[in-house]
Amino acid sequence: MAAVTAQVGDLELAEDAVQDACAAALAQWPADGTPANPGPWLIGTARHKALDRLRREGRRVEKEAEAVREAGASPPPGGWPAGADDELCLIFTCCHPALDPAARVALTLRSVCGLTTAEIAAAFLVPEPTMAQRLVRAKRKIRQAGIAFRVPAADDRPARLDAVLRVVYLVFTEGHTASSGEALIRGELCDQAIRLARALAGLLPGEPEVTGLLALLLLTDARRDARIGPGGDLVLLADQDRSRWDAALIAEGETLVERALRQGRPGPYQLHAAIAACHSGTRAAADTDWREIALLYGELIRYEPTPVVEANRAVAVAMSEGPAAGLVILDAVGTDPRLARWPQLHLARAELLRQLGRRADAADAYQAALQLEPPVPERAFIGRRLRELESQV
Amino acid sequence: MKYLFLLYGPDRPFPPPGTSESREMLDAWNTATEAMAKAGVLIDCAPLQPARASPTVQVRNGQTLLTDGPAAEIKEQFGGYTLVECADLDEALTWAATLPAASDRAVEVRPVIKVEAPR
Repeated sequence: MAAVTAQVGDLELAEDAVQDACAAALAQWPADGTPANPGPWLIGTARHKALDRLRREGRRVEKEAEAVREAGASPPPGGWPAGADDELCLIFTCCHPALDPAARVALTLRSVCGLTTAEIAAAFLVPEPTMAQRLVRAKRKIRQAGIAFRVPAADDRPARLDAVLRVVYLVFTEGHTASSGEALIRGELCDQAIRLARALAGLLPGEPEVTGLLALLLLTDARRDARIGPGGDLVLLADQDRSRWDAALIAEGETLVERALRQGRPGPYQLHAAIAACHSGTRAAADTDWREIALLYGELIRYEPTPVVEANRAVAVAMSEGPAAGLVILDAVGTDPRLARWPQLHLARAELLRQLGRRADAADAYQAALQLEPPVPERAFIGRRLRELESQV
Repeated sequence: MKYLFLLYGPDRPFPPPGTSESREMLDAWNTATEAMAKAGVLIDCAPLQPARASPTVQVRNGQTLLTDGPAAEIKEQFGGYTLVECADLDEALTWAATLPAASDRAVEVRPVIKVEAPR
């Protein structure tokens, strides 16, 4: 897809042409045998199909046909190459900040990861025609606005890379803490995000934030199986069976986060990864170095001055200095109207109030979290806590 | 590819000519547009009279209707434009950000459809 888009200069046309080329391969390869270089064969065929389409449709012929011609009439020795740069161009194009964030995520999954429209629609729980429409609009905007198919210039690079990393992170979090639906984790989205992060880390080995993001995803994903109880309910970090954590993913993630931090250019993803490594390197929840984690969240606030980070710091402070100290920070954060609608804040407050023995206040906070309609598995967890509190009264 | 920078902001008159405020504004604009001209991207640019100076024309069933004021009643008014020729959106966005209006107003970067102008 990336190589063909680079040559025809239009994402929509490239997608149709690649589909045509794959259909041709399905028809020809079983009879004629698979070509020696299937990749270049597909790219060369897609290129011809793109020209065919342009001629047939008589649309925008000038610009794109010119682009195809400019790319050379006959293939170079060894056939059309599928370059790593093309893939990077495709990722940067799909994650362009001029596109709506939801469209960036969908387009990346479609064009870079190769998911079908139906699969993406299912992953985000929207009807397929809605997702198809979103994708068409995004591709049209790329063409109409003249978004170039290239890696951004050095000046724009940091901001544009942030947008790319954000998309990968959104794909992962949507999989890891599914915001809607019955299932708490949608594994296929986590897998796609990790695949993307690995590709980016391979393409941009000198960017510590890319390495940091990959480390973060691996360390978080290592806990995937342990996060879900037998009934499909959420298991909190402290209660997870750590023998079920994936040791290989943890080892890889820890190596990566160390390598990134050694470059001396810290950033939010590296700090998130360092926090995740504090947990994954501890055999028993009781041995967790919460003081270190509270410090890392304190650092993180410099990059992400959000009440969510402050709330997480409050939890770490509660763990190292006691629930009362954490509650002081949480109560201050709770005055932010944006955060008052965030069920996790009320859940965190409820947990601290419960630990302090303030049962009635804890029950109120659990109820407040419930009213904000958290995901189904979290609702089950809150229900259990409420029943425990009632039985103690 | 051509891009039209639409400059939006509050509908207020320009500072009177000769004042230091007016000179500062003109200097800032000259600096920005001269850089664009030097880079070969600038096609045309102009400020507009306040929107309340506009009449709006509509022809319906052969009848010409004239109304006083701008076509749309909005808070932010269209107050000027810059037309540039750039390689792609990223280049256009970089230039749009250099306009003084980007700092205190808003600059919409609208891609222009390529058509043959009648001769």
